[in-house]
Amino acid sequence: MSLLDFLSDLGNPDLRFLPKALAVALMSSVVCGVVGCYVVLRGMAFIGDAVAHAVFPGLAVAFVVSGNLILGGTLAGVVTAVLIAVFSQTRRLREDSVIGVFFVASFALGVVIISRAPGYAGSLQQFLFGSLAGVPDSDLVVIGVVGVVVLGLLMMLHHQLVAVTLDRDGARALGLPVLVYDLVLYVLVTLAVVISVQTIGNVLVLALLVAPAATARLLTDRLGVMMGLAPAIGCTAAVVGIYVSWSWDLPVGASVVLVLAAFFLLAWLLAPRHGVVAARVLDRRSRRPGTDGPLPVPPGRPVEHPPARLLGTDRG
Amino acid sequence: MTSPTVPSTAHATPSPTSAAGAGLEVRGLDVDLGGRPVLHGVDLTVRPGELVGLIGPNGAGKTTLLRSVLGLTPRRRGQVAVEGRAVRPRRGDIGYVPQRHEFAWDFPVSVEQAVLTGRVGSWWPGRRPRVEDWRAVDRALGLVDMTGLRRRQVGQLSGGQRQRVLVARALALDPGVLLLDEPFTGLDLPTQESLLSMLGAIVADGRAVLMTTHDIASALFTCSRLVLLNRTVVAAGSADELRVRPDVWVETFGVAADSPFLRVVEAR
Repeated sequence: MSLLDFLSDLGNPDLRFLPKALAVALMSSVVCGVVGCYVVLRGMAFIGDAVAHAVFPGLAVAFVVSGNLILGGTLAGVVTAVLIAVFSQTRRLREDSVIGVFFVASFALGVVIISRAPGYAGSLQQFLFGSLAGVPDSDLVVIGVVGVVVLGLLMMLHHQLVAVTLDRDGARALGLPVLVYDLVLYVLVTLAVVISVQTIGNVLVLALLVAPAATARLLTDRLGVMMGLAPAIGCTAAVVGIYVSWSWDLPVGASVVLVLAAFFLLAWLLAPRHGVVAARVLDRRSRRPGTDGPLPVPPGRPVEHPPARLLGTDRG
Repeated sequence: MTSPTVPSTAHATPSPTSAAGAGLEVRGLDVDLGGRPVLHGVDLTVRPGELVGLIGPNGAGKTTLLRSVLGLTPRRRGQVAVEGRAVRPRRGDIGYVPQRHEFAWDFPVSVEQAVLTGRVGSWWPGRRPRVEDWRAVDRALGLVDMTGLRRRQVGQLSGGQRQRVLVARALALDPGVLLLDEPFTGLDLPTQESLLSMLGAIVADGRAVLMTTHDIASALFTCSRLVLLNRTVVAAGSADELRVRPDVWVETFGVAADSPFLRVVEAR
C-alpha cells in the first residue's frame, strides 16, 4: 500500500477507527515519551514493566463488568504502584524483588479474571497485543484529558523529580518527601501506560515508555532536548508502525515496537557522540602515529565511573 | 603535603552548652539501626568558623551521625541543635554533601542545574527558578571556583570537580552548617589539597563545617579540631592535643600500641 492510499484510508468515513487509533497512538507517544525520560534516567524500566502488567487485572475487571477500561486500569495500576513503593522502603528486600512479586501476581490475577469472560481468547489477545479498532469514541476525550494532566503535573514537579533522581538522600536532606514523589511518578507512569494499552497492548506498551527515551538519551546530553526528542521519536514510530500494520495486516502494537527498536538500533550505531561508529572514529584517530597518548574521552562520556550505589545499611 | 591552614576559632574541648546561634550541637545522641545500637551518648559541638574532622574506623557510625543530624536516620535519644535552635533543623540550616557515588552523575544536567536542585526543597509544585535562585547558584559556584564550568554536563567532570559541584549544591541555600561525608575518597593528593583550600574559604566565611574522613594525615594538618568516634566520642580536641595521646587512637581504631598507624599520628 502506498502512502497516498494510507492517507486516503485515514480520510475514509467507513474507516473511522483508523484516524482514531492514530490519534491515540500519537497522544500516547507524547505522554509516554516524556514520562519515559524519567523512567529511563531513574533506571526504573522494570517498574514500568511491572506497572504495565499491573493494570491488567483492572482492565480485565472493567471488561468483564462492562465498566470503563481506563478507570479500571488506573485503579489497579495505582494500587500496585503504591504497594511497590511502600514495600520498597524496607532495605531488607531489593526493589526489583518486590516489583517481581507484584508484577507477576497482578498479571496472573488479570488472566484469571478475564478467563471468566466469554470470548476469553480474543479479548486476551486484544489486551496483550493491542488493536487498531480497540478504542471507543468516549475514550478519545478521556485519553486527551489524562495526557494533558500527566504532562502538566510533570511540568509542575520537574525540579523536584530531578532533585530526587539525582540524589535521594540529598533530596531528603532538603526536606523533599521522596516517597511522595516516587508515588506520584509511579502513578503518572500508570496513567501513561493505561492510555496507551488499548492500541499498543499490555505486553508491548513498555517499549513506548522506554525505547523513545532511551533513543533520545543516545542522541543528546541535555535533559530538555531529550524530553523534546523522545515524544518526537515515539510519534514518528507510531505513524510509521500504524502505516506498516495497515499496509501488511500486521499486529499494530508489534509494528510500532519494531519501528521503535529500529530507531534505537540506528541511534546506537550512528549517534553523534555516544554511537558505536562515533566511538570507532575517535578510537581510530587516537591510534594514528604521533597520537599515542591516552585515549581522548569523547564529549559526553563520564570521566570517572562511580561505583554502584550502596543499598545496604553498612555505613560509616 | 603542604595543606592550607584553616582559620580556627577552635575550643580545646567542646562546650556542653554553647551560646545561641552557634553552629551545630549534638547532645547525648543514641541511634539504633535494625535494633542494633550504632551510636551511644554522642556529644559534639561545631562552632561557626570551625572545620571539625570526624574520624573513626569503618562501622564507627560516622555516616550514621551525619544522617541522624539531618533527620534521615531516627534518633532513639538525644538532641541536635542547629544555629541555637534545639528543634528539628529548618530547610537551609544544614548543607549536606553526600559521598560522591550517591549522586547520579550520568543524569543529563549541567553544573548550574545540578546546583539549582539544592534550592528546590522549599519550592511549591510549579514554582520556576527566580532571579534570586540563579544569584544563589552564582554565589555557590563562585565559592567553589566552578563558575567557568557552569554549563558543562555533570557527567563530563573529573572527581574533584564533581566534589565541588556537590559542595556548591549544599551551599545553594547559604547554610550556617555544612556536613561532608568522605569528601576526599578516591581523589589524588593535589585535588584533595585544592578542595581543602576551598573548604578553608568556606570556613573562613563563618560556617560550621563537619566532615567525615579516613585521611587522618590530612585531617591532622587542616582541621580546627578532630573528633574521634567509635560508637561514641572517644576524644575531641585539636591535632596538637590528640597527637600526644596515643591511647585515644588505640581505643578508637583498636590498633596495637606499637602500630605504624600511630607513627603517622605522632609525626604530624
